[in-house]
Amino acid sequence: MADITVGVVVFPGSNCDHDTMHAVASFEGVKPVMLWHGSHDLEGAKVILLPGGFSYGDYLRAGSIARFSPIMQEVVEAAGKGMPVLGICNGFQVLLESGLLEGALSRNRDKKFLCRNTFIKPVNCSTMFTSLYSEDEVLSIPIAHGEGNYFAPPETISSLMEYDQIVFRYTDALGRVTDEANPNGSLGNIAGIVNRAGNVLGLMPHPERASEKLLGSDDGRRLFESLFRQL
Amino acid sequence: MAYTAKITVTLRESILDVQGKAVEHALLNLGYASVDSARIGKYIEVRINEAEQGEAERICNEICLKLLSNPVMENYSFLLEQVN
Repeated sequence: MADITVGVVVFPGSNCDHDTMHAVASFEGVKPVMLWHGSHDLEGAKVILLPGGFSYGDYLRAGSIARFSPIMQEVVEAAGKGMPVLGICNGFQVLLESGLLEGALSRNRDKKFLCRNTFIKPVNCSTMFTSLYSEDEVLSIPIAHGEGNYFAPPETISSLMEYDQIVFRYTDALGRVTDEANPNGSLGNIAGIVNRAGNVLGLMPHPERASEKLLGSDDGRRLFESLFRQL
Repeated sequence: MAYTAKITVTLRESILDVQGKAVEHALLNLGYASVDSARIGKYIEVRINEAEQGEAERICNEICLKLLSNPVMENYSFLLEQVN
Protein backbone atom coordinates (compact mmCIF):
# COMPACT_ATOMS: atom_id res chain seq x y z
CA MET A 1 0.00 0.00 0.00
CA ALA A 2 1.28 3.46 -0.85
CA ASP A 3 2.16 5.79 1.99
CA ILE A 4 -0.42 8.35 3.06
CA THR A 5 0.82 11.85 2.24
CA VAL A 6 0.39 14.35 5.03
CA GLY A 7 0.92 18.02 4.17
CA VAL A 8 2.51 20.32 6.74
CA VAL A 9 1.96 23.92 5.67
CA VAL A 10 4.91 26.26 6.05
CA PHE A 11 4.13 29.95 6.41
CA PRO A 12 6.83 32.57 6.78
CA GLY A 13 7.21 32.55 10.56
CA SER A 14 6.07 28.97 11.18
CA ASN A 15 8.43 27.47 13.75
CA CYS A 16 6.85 24.14 14.70
CA ASP A 17 6.83 22.85 11.13
CA HIS A 18 9.91 20.67 11.58
CA ASP A 19 8.70 19.31 14.93
CA THR A 20 5.41 18.42 13.30
CA MET A 21 7.21 16.78 10.35
CA HIS A 22 9.30 14.80 12.85
CA ALA A 23 6.25 13.62 14.80
CA VAL A 24 4.38 12.63 11.65
CA ALA A 25 7.36 10.87 10.08
CA SER A 26 7.55 8.50 13.04
CA PHE A 27 4.34 6.78 11.92
CA GLU A 28 4.67 3.86 9.60
CA GLY A 29 2.97 4.31 6.23
CA VAL A 30 2.86 8.08 6.52
CA LYS A 31 4.88 10.43 4.37
CA PRO A 32 4.99 14.06 5.47
CA VAL A 33 5.58 16.79 2.90
CA MET A 34 6.09 20.47 3.48
CA LEU A 35 3.68 22.72 1.62
CA TRP A 36 4.85 26.25 0.98
CA HIS A 37 2.34 29.01 1.72
CA GLY A 38 2.77 30.55 -1.73
CA SER A 39 1.82 27.39 -3.57
CA HIS A 40 -1.60 26.26 -4.77
CA ASP A 41 -0.50 22.61 -4.83
CA LEU A 42 -1.48 20.27 -1.99
CA GLU A 43 0.86 17.66 -3.55
CA GLY A 44 -1.57 14.80 -3.10
CA ALA A 45 -1.89 15.29 0.66
CA LYS A 46 -4.77 13.42 2.30
CA VAL A 47 -4.42 15.35 5.57
CA ILE A 48 -3.35 18.94 6.19
CA LEU A 49 -1.55 20.04 9.32
CA LEU A 50 -1.15 23.74 10.15
CA PRO A 51 1.77 24.01 12.55
CA GLY A 52 2.51 26.44 15.35
CA GLY A 53 4.60 29.57 15.04
CA PHE A 54 4.10 33.19 14.17
CA SER A 55 2.85 33.17 10.60
CA TYR A 56 3.52 36.51 8.92
CA GLY A 57 4.97 37.70 12.22
CA ASP A 58 1.49 37.62 13.78
CA TYR A 59 1.12 41.09 12.21
CA LEU A 60 -2.32 42.65 12.58
CA ARG A 61 -3.72 39.58 14.42
CA ALA A 62 -2.39 36.05 14.77
CA GLY A 63 -3.38 34.10 11.66
CA SER A 64 -5.11 37.01 9.96
CA ILE A 65 -2.74 37.31 7.01
CA ALA A 66 -1.92 33.62 6.68
CA ARG A 67 -5.55 32.86 5.92
CA PHE A 68 -5.25 34.71 2.61
CA SER A 69 -2.13 32.87 1.45
CA PRO A 70 -2.50 30.81 -1.76
CA ILE A 71 -2.16 27.45 0.02
CA MET A 72 -4.95 28.36 2.45
CA GLN A 73 -7.38 28.89 -0.42
CA GLU A 74 -6.74 25.25 -1.38
CA VAL A 75 -6.94 24.08 2.25
CA VAL A 76 -10.29 25.81 2.79
CA GLU A 77 -11.66 24.29 -0.40
CA ALA A 78 -10.37 20.80 0.46
CA ALA A 79 -11.70 21.07 4.03
CA GLY A 80 -15.11 21.91 2.58
CA LYS A 81 -14.97 18.61 0.70
CA GLY A 82 -14.14 16.71 3.88
CA MET A 83 -10.34 16.60 3.98
CA PRO A 84 -9.07 16.32 7.56
CA VAL A 85 -7.32 19.50 8.73
CA LEU A 86 -5.55 19.85 12.06
CA GLY A 87 -4.42 23.26 13.29
CA ILE A 88 -2.05 23.44 16.23
CA CYS A 89 -1.55 26.71 18.13
CA ASN A 90 -0.91 29.28 15.40
CA GLY A 91 -2.58 26.77 13.09
CA PHE A 92 -5.70 27.00 15.29
CA GLN A 93 -5.53 30.78 15.02
CA VAL A 94 -5.35 30.49 11.22
CA LEU A 95 -8.36 28.14 11.18
CA LEU A 96 -10.43 30.60 13.21
CA GLU A 97 -9.41 33.53 11.02
CA SER A 98 -10.20 31.56 7.89
CA GLY A 99 -13.69 30.75 9.14
CA LEU A 100 -13.15 26.98 9.16
CA LEU A 101 -13.72 27.12 12.90
CA GLU A 102 -15.84 29.52 14.93
CA GLY A 103 -14.69 31.98 17.58
CA ALA A 104 -11.49 33.93 18.15
CA LEU A 105 -8.36 33.88 20.29
CA SER A 106 -7.31 36.99 22.18
CA ARG A 107 -4.41 37.69 24.52
CA ASN A 108 -3.89 35.49 27.52
CA ARG A 109 -5.69 36.99 30.49
CA ASP A 110 -2.52 37.42 32.56
CA LYS A 111 -0.72 39.13 29.63
CA LYS A 112 2.09 36.58 29.59
CA PHE A 113 3.37 34.34 26.85
CA LEU A 114 2.98 30.91 28.41
CA CYS A 115 5.37 28.10 27.56
CA ARG A 116 4.71 25.24 29.94
CA ASN A 117 2.98 21.97 30.42
CA THR A 118 -0.80 21.82 30.76
CA PHE A 119 -3.29 19.11 31.50
CA ILE A 120 -6.15 18.73 29.10
CA LYS A 121 -9.05 16.36 28.93
CA PRO A 122 -10.56 14.98 25.76
CA VAL A 123 -14.27 15.66 26.21
CA ASN A 124 -15.38 14.25 22.88
CA CYS A 125 -13.71 11.01 21.81
CA SER A 126 -16.00 10.35 18.89
CA THR A 127 -14.03 12.59 16.49
CA MET A 128 -11.55 11.28 13.94
CA PHE A 129 -8.82 13.03 15.94
CA THR A 130 -9.62 11.59 19.37
CA SER A 131 -10.95 8.07 18.80
CA LEU A 132 -7.96 6.50 20.61
CA TYR A 133 -8.49 8.61 23.74
CA SER A 134 -10.91 8.01 26.56
CA GLU A 135 -12.96 10.73 28.22
CA ASP A 136 -11.77 9.43 31.58
CA GLU A 137 -8.13 10.30 31.02
CA VAL A 138 -6.09 13.43 31.53
CA LEU A 139 -3.41 14.27 28.99
CA SER A 140 -0.16 16.07 29.67
CA ILE A 141 0.54 18.32 26.67
CA PRO A 142 2.47 21.62 26.59
CA ILE A 143 1.27 25.02 25.45
CA ALA A 144 3.36 27.88 24.05
CA HIS A 145 1.32 30.93 23.18
CA GLY A 146 0.54 34.54 23.99
CA GLU A 147 -2.87 34.62 22.36
CA GLY A 148 -4.79 31.54 23.34
CA ASN A 149 -7.71 33.02 25.20
CA TYR A 150 -10.63 31.43 23.38
CA PHE A 151 -13.69 33.59 22.96
CA ALA A 152 -16.97 33.19 21.12
CA PRO A 153 -20.34 34.86 21.55
CA PRO A 154 -22.87 32.98 23.74
CA GLU A 155 -24.86 31.74 20.74
CA THR A 156 -21.71 30.20 19.24
CA ILE A 157 -20.81 28.53 22.54
CA SER A 158 -24.35 27.11 22.75
CA SER A 159 -24.13 25.69 19.26
CA LEU A 160 -20.65 24.25 19.94
CA MET A 161 -22.14 22.49 22.97
CA GLU A 162 -25.23 21.36 21.12
CA TYR A 163 -23.23 19.74 18.32
CA ASP A 164 -20.57 18.36 20.66
CA GLN A 165 -17.82 20.43 19.03
CA ILE A 166 -15.76 21.12 22.15
CA VAL A 167 -13.04 18.49 22.05
CA PHE A 168 -10.45 19.47 24.68
CA ARG A 169 -10.69 21.44 27.92
CA TYR A 170 -7.89 22.57 30.25
CA THR A 171 -8.03 20.75 33.56
CA ASP A 172 -5.92 20.15 36.63
CA ALA A 173 -3.90 16.94 36.99
CA LEU A 174 -7.01 15.16 38.24
CA GLY A 175 -9.11 16.16 35.27
CA ARG A 176 -11.15 18.82 37.03
CA VAL A 177 -12.20 21.77 34.88
CA THR A 178 -11.39 24.64 37.23
CA ASP A 179 -10.51 28.28 36.78
CA GLU A 180 -7.08 27.68 38.37
CA ALA A 181 -6.38 25.09 35.68
CA ASN A 182 -7.28 27.55 32.93
CA PRO A 183 -3.93 28.92 31.70
CA ASN A 184 -5.16 31.72 29.46
CA GLY A 185 -8.73 32.66 30.36
CA SER A 186 -10.43 30.66 27.61
CA LEU A 187 -14.21 30.53 27.92
CA GLY A 188 -15.22 27.26 29.54
CA ASN A 189 -11.54 26.19 29.65
CA ILE A 190 -11.80 25.42 25.94
CA ALA A 191 -8.48 24.16 24.54
CA GLY A 192 -9.68 22.71 21.25
CA ILE A 193 -12.77 22.56 19.04
CA VAL A 194 -13.86 20.74 15.91
CA ASN A 195 -16.10 21.97 13.10
CA ARG A 196 -19.61 20.62 12.79
CA ALA A 197 -18.67 18.25 9.97
CA GLY A 198 -15.96 16.81 12.22
CA ASN A 199 -13.02 17.06 9.83
CA VAL A 200 -11.34 20.27 11.07
CA LEU A 201 -9.80 20.39 14.54
CA GLY A 202 -7.96 23.29 16.14
CA LEU A 203 -6.24 23.24 19.51
CA MET A 204 -3.77 25.43 21.38
CA PRO A 205 -1.70 22.70 23.09
CA HIS A 206 1.07 21.10 21.02
CA PRO A 207 0.55 17.34 20.56
CA GLU A 208 3.72 17.17 18.43
CA ARG A 209 5.71 18.30 21.48
CA ALA A 210 4.29 15.39 23.45
CA SER A 211 4.65 12.63 20.92
CA GLU A 212 7.49 10.57 22.38
CA LYS A 213 8.57 9.63 25.89
CA LEU A 214 11.89 11.39 25.42
CA LEU A 215 9.98 14.68 25.34
CA GLY A 216 8.41 13.99 28.72
CA SER A 217 5.06 12.83 27.44
CA ASP A 218 3.70 10.91 24.51
CA ASP A 219 0.09 11.76 25.26
CA GLY A 220 -0.17 13.76 22.05
CA ARG A 221 0.78 10.84 19.88
CA ARG A 222 -2.63 9.22 19.83
CA LEU A 223 -4.12 12.34 18.29
CA PHE A 224 -2.05 11.77 15.15
CA GLU A 225 -2.55 8.03 15.39
CA SER A 226 -6.36 8.40 15.63
CA LEU A 227 -6.28 10.56 12.56
CA PHE A 228 -3.97 8.41 10.44
CA ARG A 229 -5.92 5.24 11.28
CA GLN A 230 -9.02 6.69 9.64
CA LEU A 231 -7.28 6.93 6.29
CA MET B 1 -8.62 61.85 -6.57
CA ALA B 2 -7.90 59.77 -3.51
CA TYR B 3 -8.99 59.34 0.04
CA THR B 4 -7.07 58.55 3.17
CA ALA B 5 -9.00 56.24 5.44
CA LYS B 6 -8.06 56.69 9.08
CA ILE B 7 -9.17 53.43 10.62
CA THR B 8 -9.44 52.58 14.30
CA VAL B 9 -9.86 49.00 15.45
CA THR B 10 -10.75 48.35 19.08
CA LEU B 11 -11.53 45.29 21.13
CA ARG B 12 -15.21 44.88 21.92
CA GLU B 13 -16.22 45.96 25.41
CA SER B 14 -16.91 42.37 26.41
CA ILE B 15 -13.33 41.30 25.63
CA LEU B 16 -10.73 41.70 28.35
CA ASP B 17 -8.11 44.15 27.09
CA VAL B 18 -5.02 43.01 28.98
CA GLN B 19 -2.76 45.64 27.43
CA GLY B 20 -5.24 48.36 28.32
CA LYS B 21 -5.41 47.02 31.89
CA ALA B 22 -1.61 47.13 32.21
CA VAL B 23 -1.53 50.73 30.97
CA GLU B 24 -4.42 51.67 33.27
CA HIS B 25 -2.54 50.29 36.28
CA ALA B 26 0.64 52.09 35.23
CA LEU B 27 -1.24 55.40 34.98
CA LEU B 28 -2.78 54.89 38.41
CA ASN B 29 0.67 54.05 39.80
CA LEU B 30 1.94 57.33 38.32
CA GLY B 31 -0.58 59.11 40.49
CA TYR B 32 -3.29 59.89 37.94
CA ALA B 33 -6.06 58.94 40.31
CA SER B 34 -8.77 60.23 38.01
CA VAL B 35 -7.85 57.83 35.23
CA ASP B 36 -10.73 55.45 35.05
CA SER B 37 -9.82 53.10 32.23
CA ALA B 38 -7.48 52.63 29.29
CA ARG B 39 -8.20 50.62 26.18
CA ILE B 40 -5.64 49.86 23.48
CA GLY B 41 -6.60 49.53 19.87
CA LYS B 42 -4.99 49.79 16.46
CA TYR B 43 -4.74 52.72 14.13
CA ILE B 44 -4.36 52.01 10.42
CA GLU B 45 -4.08 54.48 7.54
CA VAL B 46 -5.00 53.30 4.09
CA ARG B 47 -4.88 55.39 0.94
CA ILE B 48 -7.63 54.54 -1.52
CA ASN B 49 -7.42 55.82 -5.07
CA GLU B 50 -11.09 56.29 -5.90
CA ALA B 51 -12.90 59.28 -7.34
CA GLU B 52 -16.19 58.70 -5.53
CA GLN B 53 -16.40 58.95 -1.78
CA GLY B 54 -19.16 56.32 -1.71
CA GLU B 55 -16.92 53.80 -3.43
CA ALA B 56 -14.00 54.59 -1.12
CA GLU B 57 -16.35 54.02 1.84
CA ARG B 58 -17.56 50.72 0.43
CA ILE B 59 -13.99 49.48 -0.04
CA CYS B 60 -13.03 50.65 3.42
CA ASN B 61 -15.90 48.77 5.04
CA GLU B 62 -15.04 45.69 3.02
CA ILE B 63 -11.34 45.63 3.99
CA CYS B 64 -12.20 46.30 7.62
CA LEU B 65 -14.52 43.31 7.72
CA LYS B 66 -12.32 41.05 5.61
CA LEU B 67 -8.87 41.69 7.05
CA LEU B 68 -8.28 44.70 9.27
CA SER B 69 -10.63 43.70 12.08
CA ASN B 70 -11.95 40.43 13.43
CA PRO B 71 -15.69 41.03 13.90
CA VAL B 72 -15.86 38.26 16.50
CA MET B 73 -13.89 40.35 18.99
CA GLU B 74 -13.27 43.78 17.48
CA ASN B 75 -15.13 46.87 16.31
CA TYR B 76 -13.87 49.31 13.72
CA SER B 77 -14.58 52.87 12.72
CA PHE B 78 -12.99 55.17 10.16
CA LEU B 79 -12.77 58.69 8.87
CA LEU B 80 -12.27 59.38 5.18
CA GLU B 81 -10.25 62.40 4.21
CA GLN B 82 -9.93 63.61 0.67
CA VAL B 83 -6.37 64.04 -0.57
CA ASN B 84 -5.26 65.78 -3.73
